[in-house]
Amino acid sequence: MVAGAAAVSTLRIADDCLVLSHRLAQWSSWAPTLEDDIALTNIALDLLGQARAMYARTAELDGTGRSEDDYAFMRDERAFVNCLLVEQENGDFATTILRQLLCSTYQLAQWQALTTSTDGQVAAIAAKAVKETEYHRDHATDWTLRLGDGTDESHQRMESALAALWPFTAELFESDDVSRDAAGLGVGPDPEDLRAAWDAYITRVLDDATLVVPKVSWKPTGGRQGLHTEAFGYMLAEMQHLHRSFPGVTW
Amino acid sequence: MRSNGPIERDLAGSAVSGGDAGGAVGDAREAEFQALIEADQRIEPRDWMPDAYRKTLIRQIAQHAHSEIIGMQPEGNWITRAPSLRRKAILMAKVQDEAGHGLYLYCAAETLGVDRSELIDLLHQGRQKYSSIFNYPTLTYADVGAIGWLVDGAAITNQIPLCRCSFGPYARAMVRVCKEESFHQRQGFELLYALSHGTPEQHEMAQDAVNRWWWPSLEMLGPPDTESTHSAQSMAWGIKRFSNDELRQRFVDMVAPQAVVLDLVPPDPALRWNEERGHYDFGPCDFEELRRVVSGDGPCNRQRAAHHLKAHEDGAWVRAAAAAYAAKHAASAAA
Repeated sequence: MVAGAAAVSTLRIADDCLVLSHRLAQWSSWAPTLEDDIALTNIALDLLGQARAMYARTAELDGTGRSEDDYAFMRDERAFVNCLLVEQENGDFATTILRQLLCSTYQLAQWQALTTSTDGQVAAIAAKAVKETEYHRDHATDWTLRLGDGTDESHQRMESALAALWPFTAELFESDDVSRDAAGLGVGPDPEDLRAAWDAYITRVLDDATLVVPKVSWKPTGGRQGLHTEAFGYMLAEMQHLHRSFPGVTW
Repeated sequence: MRSNGPIERDLAGSAVSGGDAGGAVGDAREAEFQALIEADQRIEPRDWMPDAYRKTLIRQIAQHAHSEIIGMQPEGNWITRAPSLRRKAILMAKVQDEAGHGLYLYCAAETLGVDRSELIDLLHQGRQKYSSIFNYPTLTYADVGAIGWLVDGAAITNQIPLCRCSFGPYARAMVRVCKEESFHQRQGFELLYALSHGTPEQHEMAQDAVNRWWWPSLEMLGPPDTESTHSAQSMAWGIKRFSNDELRQRFVDMVAPQAVVLDLVPPDPALRWNEERGHYDFGPCDFEELRRVVSGDGPCNRQRAAHHLKAHEDGAWVRAAAAAYAAKHAASAAA
């Protein structure tokens, strides 16, 4: 049994949400339409809310009593346990939409499974998050269809996005001692078990969008152990600098 | 309903005097329009209206919409660096509200027979403007508070009377916008309060922000009444209810006592309560600076315009894809 498996498993979810929220928030005032500027920020806000709720629960489970800001701003790269997919840079709108499709389909399956968690607080957070994440997935699905089956340019951009992001999806479904122990406790699903639902949905949407999954041998991993991509350090540096510049103050 | 006749495409131009109502029928329409205005009734999009009224509204609503959209940039500048998750959520929601306001306002302008994309093109060509205030940089997180407190405060002062504007869609959009702006102002005040009652460094940061945003916020209410180009006609049409100088006085009267609660000192040695007038006295605005900023030479004019243009151009392929997809699927649905 891994000590604190439940806390590590909730921290992984919180970090996924925070990092993806931050990436989406970087789109503010840069989106291709006003409606999508609003939508991307909306999704980012939902994810930030989910992260905050899961940090609060993590602090109880790991017994440290840390604040949400301690988790977000006072940990270095090596202590973040989000998957690599959420930290990938925004790229163009196609890359962001595809990342969102891949992530929110995963997160939806995860939140659905968490609604029956033996941890009552996690189950309650999940019940709300399911409704939000359904919308996130719908938004990404609609755009995947339009871009995949839109113009030659948009189709090519989606293909490039698939080539860039698909390798990072393997990590989503990796099980390890933490995830197996958390699943054993009934706290959360084993990532392996989310694969079938994710595959079915993604295959159907990509097919409808006239897109083909690339064949890739590279399966980067390490996020759950705090081994991240280089770009992530820059993201954290920007996100954390102001908080760290004024230690201990209230904002 | 009566038709409005061809829409004049000179949208960028200022209001011109005279309507398009020729002859006896025209006179009757003009009289009916005037009677509605005088009875303080709302003019609706399908009602007849003088061309000049329409153009004035398009100019004003578009400028207002552009201000909301360009206004996302200075505060959005701090989203990725917000110092706490709570502040980050508040700021993201606020900037998102501004985008929402822009959207309502573009829709209100569209009821006058223009298209959002035309208005965006005019903004990019520099033929329509946005509020001068967004051409100042946000240099510290306290600027987010100062914008909420002062800039949104000045905007509310200007916009509350617009809830009674004679043009229905604009007036109704303003009701919702004002509710949200009022919330924004309170969040700005609350942020500045937290800073001014925090550490000495935080207090200094808040004071510095107020020093930089105070005068531009007074100036954003427009040139003095003696020099205001569009005011007289807009007041006669029930589009504008108070003069720029009256609005400026209201704004100062609102924020001067709030500054005391904040323990922050506005950078105006002449600011003091005048018992006799029942108002605060305040020093002269630098309208020469306002003129410079409005005409394009503010600190961030070029940056703001380039940012918006780049976002718009970068998104062109996305909008084209959406249109192609819609056309393809409309065609297959019809087949």
